[in-house]
Amino acid sequence: MLSAASLAQIDHELTKYPPEQKQSAVMSALRIAQTELGWLSRDTIEFVAHYLDMPAIAAYEVATFYNMYDLAPVGRNKITLCTNLPCQLQGADQIAAQMQARLGIGFGETTADGRYTLKEGECMGACGHGPLCLHNNHKMHDHLTPESVGKLLDDMK
Amino acid sequence: MSLNTPDTQICLWTLGFDHPASLATYTANGGYEALRNILAEKTPAEDIIAQVKISALRGRGGAGFPTGLKWSFMPRSFPGDKYIVCNTDEGEPGTFKDRDIVRFNPHQLIEGMIIAGYTLGAVAGYNYIHGEIYEEYQSWEAALEEARAAGLLGRNILGSGWDFDLHAHHGYGAYICGEETALLESIEGKKGQPRFKPPFPASYGLYGKPTTINNTETLASIPWILRHGGQAFLELGKPNNGGSKIFSISGHVNKPGNYEIPLGTPFADLLAMAGGVRTGHTLKAVIPGGSSAPVLPAEVMMSLTMDFDAISRAGSMLGSGAVIVMDDSVCMVKALERLSYFYFEESCGQCTPCREGTGWLYRIIHRIEQGQGRPEDIDELLRIGKNIGGNTICALGEAAVGPVASFVKHFRSEFEYHIEHKRCQVGMSPSDKVGG
Amino acid sequence: MPVIEIDGKQIEIAAEATVMDAAHQAGITIPHFCYHKKLSIAASCRMCLVEVEKAPKPLPACATPVTEGMKVQTRSVKAIAAQQGVMEFLLINHPLDCPICDQGGECQLQDTAVGYGASASRYSEPKRVVKEKDLGPLIATDMTRCIHCSRCVRFGQEISGLMELGMAGRGEHTEVMPFLEAQVSHELSGNVIELCPVGALTSKPFRYSARSWELSRRKSVSPHDGLGSNIQVHVKNNRVLRVVPQENEAINECWIADRDRYSYEALNSPDRLTSPMLKQNGQWREANWQEALEHVAARLNQIRQAQGPAAIAGLASPHQTVEELYLFTKVLRGLGTENIDHRLARADTAASDGVRWLGMAVAEINTLDRVLLIGSTIRQEQPLIAQRLRQAVKHGAELNVLHAAGDDLLCRVNARLINKPGDWVNALAQIAKAMQEAGADLGADMGAALAAIVSVSDHARAIATSLMSGSRRALLLGALAQQHPAAEQLHGLAQSIATACGATLGFLSPAANSVGAQLVGSLPGPEGLGAAAMLATPCSAYVLLGAEPALEAYDAAGAAAALHAADFVVALSAFKMATLEHADVLLPIAAFAETAGSFVNMEGRLQRFQGAVKPQGEARPAWKVLRVLGNLLSLGGFDYDTAEAVLGDALPADFSARLNNAAPPLAPSRLNLVPGLERLGETPPYQLDALVRHAPALQASTDAAPPAAWMGSELLTRLCLAEGGLVRVSQGDRDVVLPVRRDDRLATDTVRVAAHPLTAKLGPRLGPVSVEKV
Ligand SMILES: Cc1cc2nc3c(=O)[nH]c(=O)nc-3n(C[C@H](O)[C@H](O)[C@H](O)COP(=O)(O)O)c2cc1C
Ligand code: SF4
Ligand code: FES
Repeated sequence: MLSAASLAQIDHELTKYPPEQKQSAVMSALRIAQTELGWLSRDTIEFVAHYLDMPAIAAYEVATFYNMYDLAPVGRNKITLCTNLPCQLQGADQIAAQMQARLGIGFGETTADGRYTLKEGECMGACGHGPLCLHNNHKMHDHLTPESVGKLLDDMK
Repeated sequence: MSLNTPDTQICLWTLGFDHPASLATYTANGGYEALRNILAEKTPAEDIIAQVKISALRGRGGAGFPTGLKWSFMPRSFPGDKYIVCNTDEGEPGTFKDRDIVRFNPHQLIEGMIIAGYTLGAVAGYNYIHGEIYEEYQSWEAALEEARAAGLLGRNILGSGWDFDLHAHHGYGAYICGEETALLESIEGKKGQPRFKPPFPASYGLYGKPTTINNTETLASIPWILRHGGQAFLELGKPNNGGSKIFSISGHVNKPGNYEIPLGTPFADLLAMAGGVRTGHTLKAVIPGGSSAPVLPAEVMMSLTMDFDAISRAGSMLGSGAVIVMDDSVCMVKALERLSYFYFEESCGQCTPCREGTGWLYRIIHRIEQGQGRPEDIDELLRIGKNIGGNTICALGEAAVGPVASFVKHFRSEFEYHIEHKRCQVGMSPSDKVGG
Repeated sequence: MPVIEIDGKQIEIAAEATVMDAAHQAGITIPHFCYHKKLSIAASCRMCLVEVEKAPKPLPACATPVTEGMKVQTRSVKAIAAQQGVMEFLLINHPLDCPICDQGGECQLQDTAVGYGASASRYSEPKRVVKEKDLGPLIATDMTRCIHCSRCVRFGQEISGLMELGMAGRGEHTEVMPFLEAQVSHELSGNVIELCPVGALTSKPFRYSARSWELSRRKSVSPHDGLGSNIQVHVKNNRVLRVVPQENEAINECWIADRDRYSYEALNSPDRLTSPMLKQNGQWREANWQEALEHVAARLNQIRQAQGPAAIAGLASPHQTVEELYLFTKVLRGLGTENIDHRLARADTAASDGVRWLGMAVAEINTLDRVLLIGSTIRQEQPLIAQRLRQAVKHGAELNVLHAAGDDLLCRVNARLINKPGDWVNALAQIAKAMQEAGADLGADMGAALAAIVSVSDHARAIATSLMSGSRRALLLGALAQQHPAAEQLHGLAQSIATACGATLGFLSPAANSVGAQLVGSLPGPEGLGAAAMLATPCSAYVLLGAEPALEAYDAAGAAAALHAADFVVALSAFKMATLEHADVLLPIAAFAETAGSFVNMEGRLQRFQGAVKPQGEARPAWKVLRVLGNLLSLGGFDYDTAEAVLGDALPADFSARLNNAAPPLAPSRLNLVPGLERLGETPPYQLDALVRHAPALQASTDAAPPAAWMGSELLTRLCLAEGGLVRVSQGDRDVVLPVRRDDRLATDTVRVAAHPLTAKLGPRLGPVSVEKV
């Protein structure tokens, strides 16, 4: 189900915790699985649960509790825009409007060609650099301006 | 003394260097000296805790709890493993200081955690890193490798015969994991739902073992305190409010960013450092300590100094030192609506008042913002808030109520205007966007 | 012990107690939802908030430890305000559908709302709606009613040992759900119904059949496994509509197994036998009682006179009551035969000296710290004993297992010896040998016999080490060990090991009245035949009480052949059972809940119960039928008016003196390993007795899946078989075709084929078997 490289990464995560606490690696294992497969299907979650000797429902609880896991397929580029108050004060609403107009989708939607998914995010702990967004969960783009947004989107293939 | 320069900087002093995050930069400027001394002299844990107590270092994570006192709660002669945990789950809206410490001075945090581990008798430490800052998670892991390679972590640290290791645990999108016991649950691979206290982490923490949890900035301050002495740290700030503190200023200022200045600095000075209120506007209100802190009107704020005691006397809290500045363009209903949505969205859902109450609060505020409010709604908000506050497992309940109560207290007329006129007093119709 | 004050009352209470415990002790009610005495503390519903002197905020009574001098107010203004606030929050998203809710009238939320809620809610936003979940045939859901107390989830994590339900999502969107729909299959799953304080999880078979206040509640005892769980039978219009647990800390605590809960459905089964039936010229016809019983008496007399009393055999089910079994044996002994037995599923039915029992109180199981479970598929045989063992393990006990399958016991197992049944004597001897090598004294005879053991596996050594440490030890012989062809030898070895390490030796009684049946002498007399012998060579007449040998016997097919060959078979039965085609007369008897009686459970506890409903149709309590039969046979001593009167004769007051697990002195002789494939044929949980076999919801659940031939990968490869294909499983000249399934936890050379109507054509449950591809 997962590539050898992903399994190796999970195995590395496992070294961080006491041997009888394999479940501690579930968050990173789900992240690693999602990074490889794009989203977390039930089968993937079950696989991860088995790999870590934990009940599948317990892994599912984790996958549904944390916002950054995708339990349904998303576009190749998932853009999560922080709209919380500090970012909002610094112009996030305009950036949101602009992204939505340009992509023709609202928050929580994916473009028909599967290229973009737009999500509304909560505080990312970088408020002073807002407005900002997260690309595919792992790359932050800050100081967004009406001018920079177009190019940012176009550069995402 | 000039502010926000190496004179006053405890944690962010590496910023002026070419490679601020590197081990070389850190060691060339006295880094790991405190640790070396401790290991060489086998400094007794009590002596370290005594210095931390003298420093009047108060937790930088939000509650401002005295760190030395917290450390003294850890059981000395516990037979099994103990842990030290660093809280870098910075998710309180407005706060962005810990990310910069991890980015620009990871080794000082590592040193602080090692010293804490030594002092508290821990076998290992975990740094819980906010889900949305993956790059910092990776760079901190790299810094750990660097430290490990230099013999600063792992077996027989610096030839002392003492073993200790540090690991990063990455969050994945849940504000509540900043709450210390939710964070522990999360490290255990569960949903991040806070535990009822007692028992406190010092007796039943990670994997049920005694555990101390501190904020990133708190732990990163430790090497400085031990190098310069607790008294020097205390003297940087003011009594009961030792040291400098990073203030993260966001919102309507010309130069948002982190400013590391002594506790007790007047708010006006901080505002000036941040370039003042957005040009062309006047100051309306400030949330002085992260979104959970009650909002204060401009005139109150301008008379305050930035320290735990002063802000608390004014009816708010210094919290994490996140200062959200709002100018005269802000509709307070709209601003509160966004914050209420946040708490509703981030409630972990386990305890009844928070799970049910945060949604109820948000829906009423949303209605008012949309021009659908009813005259009784404002008192209803306060009544619901009273039923949440103090009745929940963790402080998220109170955090959700604080903004509501304070926004209504200081800006009630705006809410009334919204309800009566079905539009915004600040000039825009309810659906118009605020900010910019 | 600290003294605290609640509502002005002084309470002295254990130091580790909570305010809730103290209130409970003092008879003060504090409203609560998430708190449950058998589960960990969640402190999440916040309903139990109380005011504690000097505490700035109200504190949850369930999670607040008592401290000396603490002053608590449960009904102060502050406490009531907090409780009303919580109640209002709980109700804002709870549907107000009490009039159609099955929980209505017994709903903790409803009751608490009346006592602790404010008048009207001011919530005017839309209410949350939650999608239904399919949890299978036993549990119905109305998830919109869930108040997130998490009791059902904690039950899985902490009691059943299998986390089948979780709380997915976050905040207001949190939902209780299984990982995959219809996945709830644990043998104790139904307990979440009582745990659920609202009507989110209710009984599916019971759904909408009655309002709780229309039901009359009668205490009774479950008629299935040897635990004797206490239950309440809920009746409306002379129909049993549901069964729920009756709390008894010493036996079932507050739980019951699913079969205890749902088997009542069989009472209303279309397969109930509702009138006496006679077979004449191969045709069944209904008859009246007089005619039927006279016919039976005449035929039995005839056979006795023509062939002697030893031509008559009596087989009774150990699920019948003490009174019934007693009169049954009295009739047969009156006829002069000693061919009497209740141990149908056993291969080795030699007479035994003592009445075999658990050897200790059921509740003591939780306190054991070393256990060896011998030949027990424990979760199927004894769902609640398995639960108690799980609690023991949680508190540090080492559980060791000797079996032919390394099944998941849902708790940590210290060491397992997994061998095919034919090698169990050897395996047990290896443990004894390992103990001997470690210095234990196994007695002269046994010690000498152990010289035959040449190799001792690491697992056997690990078990020996475990048994020689700790302080409260027990060896428990399960149903398979009791059914085993070498049961006496297993018993003897277990006895030696127990003596050598100071452990208690116990038998896990497979049926509700296994102990009672032994006590009333439902066993062969000195000259009589045991069940296996009675069925190995046909007798002329069989009298069956609730027994169905063609399904329940150790050699089911052999039993069917014996009945078929008999001249006369009379069956006292509650059901028209397909395999009773061999019978000549069917006499309808009252089933469980339709008659008064008593059972003696595995710990030797006599439990009496009354009938809750009238028997169906013409059915009569078996003790009354036997009374009339005894009189018709002019046997004398059958003039009983009540079941109690029968009991008085059946059991002496000091019957417990006869409980005795001492093995006859016998050195093991079957120590050699036997080559070849062997069958592992357990009784699946919902095949245990006639009642569960006729209960539709149980039969629709996962544990009632049709049997398969389970084998390990290595065996599949050796036989060139693939999972999913079909195989012919043969024992002698009998065979059945079954699908192949893989289970790598099985012992080498083991083919697991359950005892089931679909495999009843096969022979011995633990005998040699061959397998070929079809
Ligand atoms: C809802 C909630 C969120 C919190 N988030 C954070 C956080 O992001 N970072 C942090 O350091 N502390 C946070 N805290 C405070 C922690 O629970 C804890 O008090 C702190 O990490 C202790 O460290 P300190 O004593 O060094 O401040 C939060 C508390 C609550 C109730
Ligand atoms: S107050 Fe909210 S976040 Fe905290 S435990 Fe309760 S439900 Fe969870
Ligand atoms: S019963 Fe105490 S919080 Fe639920």
